[in-house]
Amino acid sequence: MTPTNESPSDKEARRHFLEIFLGTGIIASLLSFLYPVIRYLIPPPQTDLGSNTVLAAKVGELSVNSGKIFRFGDKPAILILTSGDKYVAFTAVCTHLGCTVQYRPDLREIWCPCHNGKYNLQGRNISGPPPKPLAEFTVNVKGADIYVSRTAAS
Amino acid sequence: MSPGAQIRNWLDDRFGWDDLIAFLKHKTVPLHRYSYWYYLGGITLFLFSLQVVTGILLLLYYRPTPSDAFESVQYIMTQARFGWLIRSIHSWGANLMIFTAFAHMFSVAFLKSYRKPRELTWLSGMVLLFLVLGFGFSGYLLPWNTLAFFATTVGTSLVGQVPLVGHWLLIFLRGGQDVTGATLGRFFAFHVALLPGLATAFILVHLVLIQRFGMSVPPRVEPEWKAKPPEQREIRFFPNFLLRELMGWYLALGVLGSLAALKPWELGTKADPFASAPAGIKPEWYFMFMFETLKLLPAKMWFMTGESLGVIAFGIAALLWTLLPFFDHERQGRSGRWAAGVVVFALAYVVALTAYGYMVMAK
Repeated sequence: MTPTNESPSDKEARRHFLEIFLGTGIIASLLSFLYPVIRYLIPPPQTDLGSNTVLAAKVGELSVNSGKIFRFGDKPAILILTSGDKYVAFTAVCTHLGCTVQYRPDLREIWCPCHNGKYNLQGRNISGPPPKPLAEFTVNVKGADIYVSRTAAS
Repeated sequence: MSPGAQIRNWLDDRFGWDDLIAFLKHKTVPLHRYSYWYYLGGITLFLFSLQVVTGILLLLYYRPTPSDAFESVQYIMTQARFGWLIRSIHSWGANLMIFTAFAHMFSVAFLKSYRKPRELTWLSGMVLLFLVLGFGFSGYLLPWNTLAFFATTVGTSLVGQVPLVGHWLLIFLRGGQDVTGATLGRFFAFHVALLPGLATAFILVHLVLIQRFGMSVPPRVEPEWKAKPPEQREIRFFPNFLLRELMGWYLALGVLGSLAALKPWELGTKADPFASAPAGIKPEWYFMFMFETLKLLPAKMWFMTGESLGVIAFGIAALLWTLLPFFDHERQGRSGRWAAGVVVFALAYVVALTAYGYMVMAK
């Protein structure tokens, strides 16, 4: 085939082919540059290597009708000694927008100051915007130590 | 020939210096009873350049890690000479700049300056407004104090409520599941590198467009303006308008200096991710109207949470507001009345909910 007997439509088809060839090549190389950048932007998921049980407090540290925030893995949790002299523990991350809750001795409730969300001492969301209850942990007293463990479901 | 004239000749020889000066001399600004609204954009630009200067100065001492950030700002506030002044100017300046940017936007909206051919000027201005809000949100976290820590927790959780991409955005912003040192590092990078780069580019676009189209004459005063003799219709940009503008800048500097000197910006207490959130968590005032709206929505609406619906509604409202020039483009007639109504409503809504938010807080 020589260029002289090439019809204009052939020329057009060839041009079209080259445009697609070049265009897809450029787009593909751009994508190959973008892909690692996007992957880089998203941090790798962190597995919480903290054990399933943590020493939350010592016996006698909390007075009756008070609470304490302690660190459980990479999130805060709350231990409460109820007025009935019973220990209960929950995650301290409010189920609404993630603020850290606190125990209100005057209300005998768990309270989130960010949007006035309230939970009862079973962790149930009873007032305000929180959509879900706080996940409950198991509390075990061994000698002078109070251990908090993840419950099978949480 | 004097050395000054020699340099001038050298420049003129290479890129037509005299043409540039002649161009500046020919630029004019319309003169009418709403002319003073023209100064707001320039004042915002001035405050932005102050932010750049004070921001660079703060960078010399600031360290963006959870163990050092609070202490380094404390050092700036208490040890570095005039550090308190630099940081207070940066914090107050940020707030003033956001205020003047909003005022500039509403003045443009009221005077209908966004109409053809200035649609792109409005669009670039809206991008700049979003960038400025991004500056505010990212800068707020940098001192790593308790209020900022929980405001960022709440703010990024709200971003997480966006349908489909919300969780992805939340991980991207926080650099993980929670607000941690990774978040601080990212917000620092956004605040000092990404956003300044984008803002500089969009400021250039905005200025080139303003240069290209000139200042608009509001439709309301156009007949009255046209009836005036030509020599009373406009003033020269250089030096007349620029000198007046400089007075505006000087006034802004005076307000800023007084605020910074008389009421230095507070630092608060260092953030502890494993402590309860304190009472009185609130966003910066310019996010208050959104914060308050979301608080007033019921927890559950339709099939989603109130927050999700609120976030979607604000997203749509922001998009429609950005596209305002494409809905109101009539040069003649009264068809622009509804647009004026929308602008009044938007302003009233923002002001009312902001005021309401602070009244609820004060209780």
